[in-house]
Amino acid sequence: MPFARFVQPGRVALVAEGPLKGKLVSVVDVIDQTRALVDGPGSGVPRQQIRLNQLHLTKFRLKFPFTAPTRVVRKAWTDEKLNEKWAESQWSKKLENKEKRAQMTDYDRFKLSSARVKRNRARTPVFKSLKAQAARKGVFGKKKVPKASVKKPRVKKETSAKKPAKK
Amino acid sequence: MAPPKPKEVAKAPAAPAGGVAKKPKFGVPRNYDLGNGVVRFSKTKMFHKKAKYKFIGKKNPKAEKPKKPTVVVKQIGGEKNGGTRTVLLRRRKSFYPTQDKITTRSHHKTFSKHVRRTRPNLTVGTVCILLAGRHAGKRVVLVGVLPSGLLLITGPFAFNSCPLRRIPQRYVIGTSTKVDLGDFKLPKHLNDDYFKKNKKSTKRSVKRKEGEDIFASKKEKYVPSEQRKADQKSVDEAVIKAIGLRADKKLLRGYLRSAFGLRSSQYPHRMCF
Repeated sequence: MPFARFVQPGRVALVAEGPLKGKLVSVVDVIDQTRALVDGPGSGVPRQQIRLNQLHLTKFRLKFPFTAPTRVVRKAWTDEKLNEKWAESQWSKKLENKEKRAQMTDYDRFKLSSARVKRNRARTPVFKSLKAQAARKGVFGKKKVPKASVKKPRVKKETSAKKPAKK
Repeated sequence: MAPPKPKEVAKAPAAPAGGVAKKPKFGVPRNYDLGNGVVRFSKTKMFHKKAKYKFIGKKNPKAEKPKKPTVVVKQIGGEKNGGTRTVLLRRRKSFYPTQDKITTRSHHKTFSKHVRRTRPNLTVGTVCILLAGRHAGKRVVLVGVLPSGLLLITGPFAFNSCPLRRIPQRYVIGTSTKVDLGDFKLPKHLNDDYFKKNKKSTKRSVKRKEGEDIFASKKEKYVPSEQRKADQKSVDEAVIKAIGLRADKKLLRGYLRSAFGLRSSQYPHRMCF
């Protein structure tokens, strides 16, 4: 597959390391093969050069001419509503969840694991019965499985199978 | 001369007004420095002021002080010892001791009296994870800190069979989960001596009697005393009651029952507790 994201004027990137880690910047100019001039007026990053291996390119691209001054970048940033778009993206949500997980205390971890146990207790028997039904119908192949050989799933209680909010 | 004059004028009325701040008459030199090494009264003037002429040629008879003895003569026993020794009463001016002085050290800084500092997050009621000992991995409740600096913890015993126990704070992770014990107070008799190992009652091998089998290892089993059981009960009661008051009591009970462990890619130094 060809590359789809390039270090080009307007390309929005996430800083992967260093003091600016986790902040969005937009490439303003490419200095050489390893460095670029970036600016982040919408994320509080002053205009500066940065090494390319510190950047993770995103799918977003702002529209402004290369070497545009900060005010132009800012206008493009706000007009594009980049901050909102970024917050909606899967990538940023994953980062958020990662942060949440890292902030979890010992008790939170216990709560999560006990919630998962609860969910799986409700879910597994249902899944197994569906699977057995499907096997009997011959979904997984022509060979039909006789009913006798299927073990009855042990259902303790058909409690509310609602998924606890995954933290 | 001009500048000091107004100063004196200004000072003069101030002194009587205060009254209290008057300088004493004795021992204060009348002469004073005018600056540049010039004094107000010359040597001659002072000679007259002090009336030194009165004392010229006068001599007070000196009182003769009795001389203190500097040496003492001591009798020495034994043959061919000369009989006596003269010993200096005081040290010589240039006295260089050949031996170090034996200094007595104050014993107020012994280890048992060191100041103990507990980590600030280890407050009473904190849920702790034990890291060492036979109860390692258990989540327990901190009940108090003893004067020896050791933490006093309890399971509660009904939850995870961890009794009232002392443990150094190094072997504990304090979590952010806290049980509000309210105005719970440790019974006074639960001190360090109470928990000290009674060496006779612990599982040390007991001395064999004559004619007993040498190879049969005999060990006395530890049995908690009635006092311990009662104390365990009273302390645990308070803790369990405090847990029962919480909204998440069921979860918290399960939490204390379960043991702590690390999964893959979990690093304790990166985790929050």
